[in-house]
Amino acid sequence: MSQIRIIFKRELAAYFSTPLAFVFIVIFQLLSGAFTFYLGNFFERGQADLASFFGFHPWLFLFLIPAISMRLWAEERSSGSIELLLCLPVTLWQATLGKFLAAWTFSAIALALTFPIWITVNYLGQPDNGAIVTAYLGSLLMAGGFMAIGVCISATTRNQVIAFIITVVVCFLFLLSGFGLVLDVLRGWLPQLIVDTVASFSFLTHFQSLSKGVIDLRDIVFFALLITGWLYASTVVLNLKKAD
Amino acid sequence: MIKTENLTRRYGDLIAVDSLSISVEPGQVLGFLGPNGAGKTTTMRMIAGFIAPSAGTVSVCGHSLTANPVAAQACMGYLPEGAPGYDEMSVQGFLRFIADIRGLDGDFRRSRMADVIERLHLAPVLRQRLETLSKGFRRRVGLAQAIIHDPQVLILDEPTDGLDPNQKQEVRQLIQDMAADKIIVISTHMLEEVDAVCNRVMIIAAGRLLADDTPDGLIARSRYHNAVSLSLAAGSLDKIKTDLAALPQVASVELDQATGRITAFPAGDQPLLPDISRLASDRSWNLKELHLERGRMEEVFRNITTGHNA
Repeated sequence: MSQIRIIFKRELAAYFSTPLAFVFIVIFQLLSGAFTFYLGNFFERGQADLASFFGFHPWLFLFLIPAISMRLWAEERSSGSIELLLCLPVTLWQATLGKFLAAWTFSAIALALTFPIWITVNYLGQPDNGAIVTAYLGSLLMAGGFMAIGVCISATTRNQVIAFIITVVVCFLFLLSGFGLVLDVLRGWLPQLIVDTVASFSFLTHFQSLSKGVIDLRDIVFFALLITGWLYASTVVLNLKKAD
Repeated sequence: MIKTENLTRRYGDLIAVDSLSISVEPGQVLGFLGPNGAGKTTTMRMIAGFIAPSAGTVSVCGHSLTANPVAAQACMGYLPEGAPGYDEMSVQGFLRFIADIRGLDGDFRRSRMADVIERLHLAPVLRQRLETLSKGFRRRVGLAQAIIHDPQVLILDEPTDGLDPNQKQEVRQLIQDMAADKIIVISTHMLEEVDAVCNRVMIIAAGRLLADDTPDGLIARSRYHNAVSLSLAAGSLDKIKTDLAALPQVASVELDQATGRITAFPAGDQPLLPDISRLASDRSWNLKELHLERGRMEEVFRNITTGHNA
């Protein structure tokens, strides 16, 4: 447990020791603000809720989460520090979990810093604050899902740009796996059972109910299993090609 | 101790390390010698637990690297090739991270931190980021992290690479200071380094162990071992060559045209030097130098790795 904490601390500090943290947080705030007010018509809707704020999170995360996750293993590979880290008395699982938790916490900090919009909506009307808390939770879980995918893909390459692009593509497929774009391709040649399974992996479907304030245990279990699965896959990938 | 049995690593069709069985005891400073691509780094990586063997076993301090890697890694310090580290961290932050993950705490942690900082002269750069360090300081930070927990076993892949002669000397001194009750394995290209710090040498080429000896034992394999070399301030070289060849205990005499140095090779175990120096004073040779050769490590290395002597 303490090994995970030590790696977590180091990784989180690494984000803040470069301008990346500040660039990321500023861009996240600007984009989420711009989307909410201009594309989401926050004022024109005339409703005291944050639907127009949370509605854009899947699309923001699609590009911003891979930007956080891309360095996690790819940087270790390209600098050679992976050899140092994995020869310390640390298991692959501890290292992966520590890194994931640090990156996830970093995204949680960025998310938490959007609190002014919460204050704004409370100033303007009487929103359902319970629903907003649930939506924040859903947003955080979705970020965790994207991040776990990013950790695994970062573990496969030494090139951060490649890690970024492939993570975006995979996240995009997961985001839209419940929609025609992905399903129509599969429907023609795969049995319905598999098509339904693919459809059930859609981040968007699972996020949408949470973002409306509905806590369905299945959505939470979905994200928890997805994160565990991708992190496990990361340890398998690392074990297979540590030194490559 | 370190023990490997039939340790083998394949990359596709290439056999990087081929059935290596070695055993290293406390007090030994083992030098791995070999041409580039001989399998030195791969062997060290398997001992350190970075890559898994394709076949065979390796254990350190009684812990198998496949069954219980964390226990084995806890009793070992490792400097990977090129001394990698986290560029964005300060030297102090980096060493603290390693100390934390090695589980050091309290007074022991404080005294170990102070000790490695002093031994490796890191005080002036403690607050600098690793990415701003010179090659020499980087290497020393790598060494510091490897010894911070005072490990029983120390694996150092090219510890003096990129250091200037003074720094090399310091690192060799450091290795010797720690050597008494530990196992130290170093890899190097520098033959004189093996002679200076190691008490056991292994020569590997193409993944196979070709020689396992002490540095003196290895040097004794040289044909220059106990040969006598001399050069003249003035006089005829050919005359002297004939005189030397006439001595019964001289097997052959060679003249190096470039340096004008004559070397007489011994026929048996009898010392050559007394007879040659007597001869020189009898015949009043005008000598510039006269010395007994210990043997030449380069020559032994070349012979073994190119297959003449193996």
